[in-house]
Amino acid sequence: MKSKIINTTSILVSLTLLFLAACTPGGDKNAGALSGNLAERSFVAPGEHDEFYGFISGGFNGQLSVIGLPSGRVFKNIPVFSVDAEKAYGFNEETKPMLNTSFGFVPWGDSHHPDISQTNGVLDGRWVFINENNTPRIARIDLTTFETTEIIEIPNSAGNHSSSYVTDNTEYVIAGTRFGVPVPQRDMPIDEYKGNFKGMLSFLKVDPESGEMNIEFQIKMPGFDYDKAHPGRGKSHGWFFYTTYNTEEANTLLEVNASQNDKDFIAAVNWKKAEEYIAQGNFETMKTNYAHNVYDERTHSATTTWEKEVRILDPAKCPGLVYFMPMPKSPHGCDVDPTGEYIVGSGKLSANVTVHSFDKMISAIENEKFDGEAYGIPILNFEDVLAGVVVQPGLGPLHTEFDDKGNAYTTFFISSEVVKWKLGTWEVIDRKPTYYSVGHLMIPGGNSQKPFGKYLVAMNKITKDRYLPTGPEVTQSAQLYDISGEKMELLLDFPTLGEPHYAAGIPADLIKAKSRKIYKLEENEHPYVTKSEKDAKVVRDGNIVHIYMTMIRSHFAPDNIEGVKVGDKVYFHVTNLEQDYDVPHGVSMIGANTSELLIMPGQTETFLWEPKGVGVWPYYCTDFCSALHQEMQGYVRVSDKNSDIQPSWTLDGE
Amino acid sequence: MKTSKVMMIVGSLMILLLFVLPLWNITLEAPQYPEAIGMDIWINKITDHNPNDIKNINLMNHYVGMKDIPTDMAEFDIFPPVIIFMAILGVTFGLIGNKKLYVTWFIIMSLLGTAGMYDFYRWEYDYGHNLKENAAIKFLDSKGEPMAYQPPLFGSKMILNFNAISLPMSGAYALFAGMFITLAAFFIAKKEEEKLQT
Repeated sequence: MKSKIINTTSILVSLTLLFLAACTPGGDKNAGALSGNLAERSFVAPGEHDEFYGFISGGFNGQLSVIGLPSGRVFKNIPVFSVDAEKAYGFNEETKPMLNTSFGFVPWGDSHHPDISQTNGVLDGRWVFINENNTPRIARIDLTTFETTEIIEIPNSAGNHSSSYVTDNTEYVIAGTRFGVPVPQRDMPIDEYKGNFKGMLSFLKVDPESGEMNIEFQIKMPGFDYDKAHPGRGKSHGWFFYTTYNTEEANTLLEVNASQNDKDFIAAVNWKKAEEYIAQGNFETMKTNYAHNVYDERTHSATTTWEKEVRILDPAKCPGLVYFMPMPKSPHGCDVDPTGEYIVGSGKLSANVTVHSFDKMISAIENEKFDGEAYGIPILNFEDVLAGVVVQPGLGPLHTEFDDKGNAYTTFFISSEVVKWKLGTWEVIDRKPTYYSVGHLMIPGGNSQKPFGKYLVAMNKITKDRYLPTGPEVTQSAQLYDISGEKMELLLDFPTLGEPHYAAGIPADLIKAKSRKIYKLEENEHPYVTKSEKDAKVVRDGNIVHIYMTMIRSHFAPDNIEGVKVGDKVYFHVTNLEQDYDVPHGVSMIGANTSELLIMPGQTETFLWEPKGVGVWPYYCTDFCSALHQEMQGYVRVSDKNSDIQPSWTLDGE
Repeated sequence: MKTSKVMMIVGSLMILLLFVLPLWNITLEAPQYPEAIGMDIWINKITDHNPNDIKNINLMNHYVGMKDIPTDMAEFDIFPPVIIFMAILGVTFGLIGNKKLYVTWFIIMSLLGTAGMYDFYRWEYDYGHNLKENAAIKFLDSKGEPMAYQPPLFGSKMILNFNAISLPMSGAYALFAGMFITLAAFFIAKKEEEKLQT
């Protein structure tokens, strides 16, 4: 009897399961958000790798975080424009020069728009460039070390927002000016802004081998606000497009006074023409002063070079260099589709998304059909360059990215959604809500000629109730959508660091094999390197003491130091002798007025300690390196200023 | 020239490949070493299987008091002349063309090989047992004796969290192949003589 019941039950259960299995959408990509396998599609099993790298700007944290997609997991927060005590960035002697500017050492920055280097309009995965908005700078991050290797300051600029996008072959990375300023800077009344303030557009040439940047030229534009930018792709290669707002040139209450014109402009800059003018010597050389900071992987140290001049092109004196295309209502995003034909401007106060045509622009220029000029720059007719309009797709359009099937995806800040529409027909295909008030979006390769149209990341400005609350300040939120089907599907909600503006994504296979594991000790050319324990030493030079120290599992050499005096400046030059992957050591000294050092295998770093009192002061390893990590410690004996104890150092009494 | 003669000469010359090919490999596998670490043993040196492997093996082993992997051993001075001598001897025997000399060479080489393996075992024993007194970590085995870390002579063995694998490499295979050819030379020479007699 009992077994019969069990039998019946089990048959019922199996029938139910069969029924459920038949009803589960399974591989149906068009199923709604409640379909059963959504979790699987963003799940990366333990020990497995994500399919894509994502490089997400940290906004007001000044850094660049590295995440995996589709999991949304954070792997590293690369320090770029802000000091990072964890990694000693901006604290150790080696990286302090990275944050030098003409204003002195600036410990913070506002990082915005990462862009990955390209070859022939396709991501090549060599470097990531990212701009700093507040104290205008552009940084280059090396994708073998995932470290910031160069930061160059942009003179004559303020609010470097329309930056740091790269051309098809990474010929140039660009910087712009969102806040018009007097050029050169001078003492003048603010209300004389109009006509006097300028907006510099800077072109930084990138060395194809080393990646090193230099400011090739600047274009002295009228004092509009150059908001966003995008290089031409393919057939429009050789051009750069910038959205502008505040063509009113207001200097106060911009939220009203810069929103009066029915149309602002997209500035189209022919940089190939600019190269011709430079070659002809048709430029002005301007004296200035800006920092160019380069980190050398061999010396493990950064140096600052003070650059003294820039070459300036005046568009009024350079016909054919710049044209203005009218664009409705304070456009924000400026995006060019993978073919290079369509230039999408998102009038953030407009209800429509307006798209201009590159071909039409060229033909209008060739026929010299102009509708007046502004500061000597020809203005094209709106209708002559218009390709089409996406009518009423949402409220507050901001940014657009593209897939590899001729679709565009635009974010809408006010109506909190991503809208998918078709290039050429301008019809809306799909819309999905975001949580909340989305800013940028990113499709890996989505601003290049070859997008990888599988995932879309929406980066939001407002989080509210999406996660467990953490007091008044909450994390930022991002959403991951699967865009491989006709309709978008929300897969995942994940928190991000700082305030992400733009992001860049790339298939992991293009870079992960090139990721460095260690720095080779034999290649270490740091001036204070100690390559073996027998070379460890303490050298006094007046009141400056240099400690040449090594670290290896699980001890420092030396670990007993005497002969240091109150008032000395003690430099710990510490070399990690390890040559194994993922064996960093850290070091910190009690009361040192600086950060720890976190030193990778084969690397040398330096911190400064100024002992305040006599005594015996311990230092220790701050990274749990090995089974005997807790034993990895040492002592420095500090004597009175007038003591005549000579420097001595030992390890295990030797 | 007779096939057997050629085989004897070629077979004995093949052992010279030991100068360009590693003889043996010991690899250590553990979850936190996803790429494993190992050393290649040659007749005249021990080298990293991948860059820095020996340094990393030494670093790991020092916690239990094991000595560094030697960079200099008496064997490194003895093995090369012995191999050269045996190659010359083999070629000479081949030129003489006496099949008894062929098998004699094979037996001497086999004895030398066995002696080499015995020597390897002795070194492994010493490497795994002769630990520093002041070792930071002192493990005991199931019998309460100080733990030994001797790698296996052939095959694999778990040593604490490591799987130690000891296997011949290309040099050893060249040696075996060369020896096999000399042995075959003996039998072929025998057949050749029988043919002549009939």
